[in-house]
Amino acid sequence: MTAFEAILLTIVTASTPLLIAAMGELVAERSGVLNLGVEGMMAMGAACGFAAAVTFDSTIIGIAVGVLAGTAMAGLFALAVLGLAANQVGSGLALTIFGLGLSGLIGAPFVGARRDPVSPLAIPGLTDLPGVGRLMFGQDAFVYFSLALTVAVALFLGRSRSGLTLRAIGENHASAHALGLPVLRTRLLALLFGGACAGLAGVYLSLIYTRFWSPGMTAGRGWIALALVVFAAWRPAYALIGAYLFGTATVLQLHAQAGQIGLPAQLLSAAPYVATILALVLLSLGRGRAIGAPGSLGQPFVPER
Amino acid sequence: MATSIAERPLVELRGVSKRYGDLLANDRIDLALHRGEIHALLGENGAGKSTLVKILYGVVEPTAGDIVWEGRHVTIASPVEARRLGIGMVFQHFSLFDQMTVAENVAVGLSGADSLKDVRARLVEISRGYGLGLEPDRAVWTLSAGERQRIEIVRCLLQDPKLIILDEPTSVLTPQEAEALFETLERLASEGRAILYISHRLEEVRRLCRSATILRAGRVVATVDPRARSAREIAALMVGSDVGEVKPHGPSGGGGEAALSLRHLTLPPAEPHQWGLKDIELTVCKGEIVGIAGVAGNGQGELFAAISGEQLAPRPENVIIAGRACGRIGIDGRRRLGAAFVPEERLGHAAVPSHRLSDNAVLSHHASGDVVRGGLVRFSAARRLARAIADTFDVRTPERDPLARQLSGGNLQKFAVGREIIRRPALLVVNQPTWGVDAGAARLIRQALVDLAGEGAAVLVISQDLDELFEIADRIAVIHSGRLTEARPRAAWTREAIGLEMLAAGEEPAEAAHAA
Repeated sequence: MTAFEAILLTIVTASTPLLIAAMGELVAERSGVLNLGVEGMMAMGAACGFAAAVTFDSTIIGIAVGVLAGTAMAGLFALAVLGLAANQVGSGLALTIFGLGLSGLIGAPFVGARRDPVSPLAIPGLTDLPGVGRLMFGQDAFVYFSLALTVAVALFLGRSRSGLTLRAIGENHASAHALGLPVLRTRLLALLFGGACAGLAGVYLSLIYTRFWSPGMTAGRGWIALALVVFAAWRPAYALIGAYLFGTATVLQLHAQAGQIGLPAQLLSAAPYVATILALVLLSLGRGRAIGAPGSLGQPFVPER
Repeated sequence: MATSIAERPLVELRGVSKRYGDLLANDRIDLALHRGEIHALLGENGAGKSTLVKILYGVVEPTAGDIVWEGRHVTIASPVEARRLGIGMVFQHFSLFDQMTVAENVAVGLSGADSLKDVRARLVEISRGYGLGLEPDRAVWTLSAGERQRIEIVRCLLQDPKLIILDEPTSVLTPQEAEALFETLERLASEGRAILYISHRLEEVRRLCRSATILRAGRVVATVDPRARSAREIAALMVGSDVGEVKPHGPSGGGGEAALSLRHLTLPPAEPHQWGLKDIELTVCKGEIVGIAGVAGNGQGELFAAISGEQLAPRPENVIIAGRACGRIGIDGRRRLGAAFVPEERLGHAAVPSHRLSDNAVLSHHASGDVVRGGLVRFSAARRLARAIADTFDVRTPERDPLARQLSGGNLQKFAVGREIIRRPALLVVNQPTWGVDAGAARLIRQALVDLAGEGAAVLVISQDLDELFEIADRIAVIHSGRLTEARPRAAWTREAIGLEMLAAGEEPAEAAHAA
């Protein structure tokens, strides 16, 4: 395997968790709910998933528990912002702080434990192709899942009737309610989906990406996923581009730091953020109001009866 | 027996009440609608019309009373259920989604499992069949109020309803279009559908409806045959006292010195689907009211923005206010010249919904007047000003200094117009002064405009309501596809002539964009 191939592979693994978490948050935000708790849900997914995988010595159980942990956190958030119409920004921040703290407690006994690498996909013939073989046909299942998820979310939002309902509710919940669309139920499902995705992204970090657990290992990736959704103008395809761009810039700056190219390390660390924001701003230029946020984003909804 | 079935109402409300805290929005309402009947529901803002309609459409749950649908007691728990029964609704405050296309907006309001493609095809068919002219793939935020209303109407018709509820449907139509709608409604009624028609245009109700239920303060005050009563009698029943007519402002009618002149005013369209303005020529003199008629979305918004200074003109001499070429001066500079402006949107443009009336008063008085001194807002003066506006223009407020959004449409409009008139401007420009406002408030606003002109101010009224323009304007011009006709004296126009100008075949907006 050449060095170039290795870099491409790390780019994919760095981008995948961002993409999965961003897809979940994108759906939640399109339904009109701003969940700032992505970082906390990811941390819980990473800790619970890792703990379960070590305890039961099963990656599958680990993944399932991680997804459930993220979903449960989203359920808690839904109780506050949908059930009690609490402020979404405050509740989301609280969820992140809570998730980071609780994940530290749950993960504490597992610091230092290691999991064996999950064997990547291997298709005889294809995977061994020179150049693109490992890259295209030798990734772990998460990578393919994340890409399929992006396509599925794009089709769901753009083509399906339920997706239309979800967008309408995010756009104007009062009108949607007047038309008889189930505002709170749709938002609950969207939030739970977002939680499940964040949990999955977290579990990917602890079971595949690093294969160990340490406190605060999500390292702001939840926030990056949130920012990606905004800069991608709430569109799945742009979120995909953004996630991979960020992953690329992250990996390249690590190599640049290691390669001693003479720029301060801090500047290089900032590069992925600058590059991602720049690229997504350029993407959204010149489309006027068509790129606006969902009209009801962040506003609590209390049905009139 | 056949006769008893024919006589049995399609839907009957018995003693329906709705209480919000201390407020009894509906007080034991009885209402019966028969198949094939066009029934008017009349009342001032706050009389309980919207609440009653929401109950019937399953949005609001009644506190007491029964609904009998085709002889059966029913509970209408949601709009989905209402639609399943066969109740369709055309909303006044559009229940549309800005970022979505026309076809998506229609599809989302249908309960069936039809694909978006089928919905789109039927939409095109119905839109063409009723002459509503809708492009299915346009995004709603690019459309005018008139086009938005047509989406609502098509959405309702697609459900093939037995009962159609229309809330102020003609406010955005030309006389010809309104006439076409009436014919459509009559056709729908002759097919055996019942129509509940909410309107404040009494002439229209008398033309269309054979029965009318009048609400006042949550109660049914009368059920009448509107053709047997005069518009004035009905208005008196609605407000509980005689509304009276707008008193004309005496003979001054024009001839004064020009307060506003537009010279070769041309603006490219700001958005791809808008008209822009094309070589507009207009003079408004002191002491006269000039009206601009036209169907929504023909450049009225752009014209208003160009006069107010929200949109600057290419050259200073395009817009002349009080003798000064101010095409390149912003809105504050124009206010200092004695001009005042009332935009179309009450909530969001004329007033900030979540701000108090006193803060909203500051918003248009900060550049002139004394509410701001040395860069600081004098809140006591602002509160006094808001109070003075409310007292002078009969703005009924739930508390002393309420949030703008707490006011009903009519009261907020009185505030928005009053806020400018109280400055005694030399030039007042109003866009849609009485859109969606009840008869009492509309009369008060029109009278205030007439009185202002009587005092020597120049008044420019942009309105889709022809009755209004014929009532108050001295001269009338018609805007269509960004062009303005010459302003001719009111007596030189007939409704038909104005309608023809409104419909005058222009090029498509897309082509206009190319040409610009």
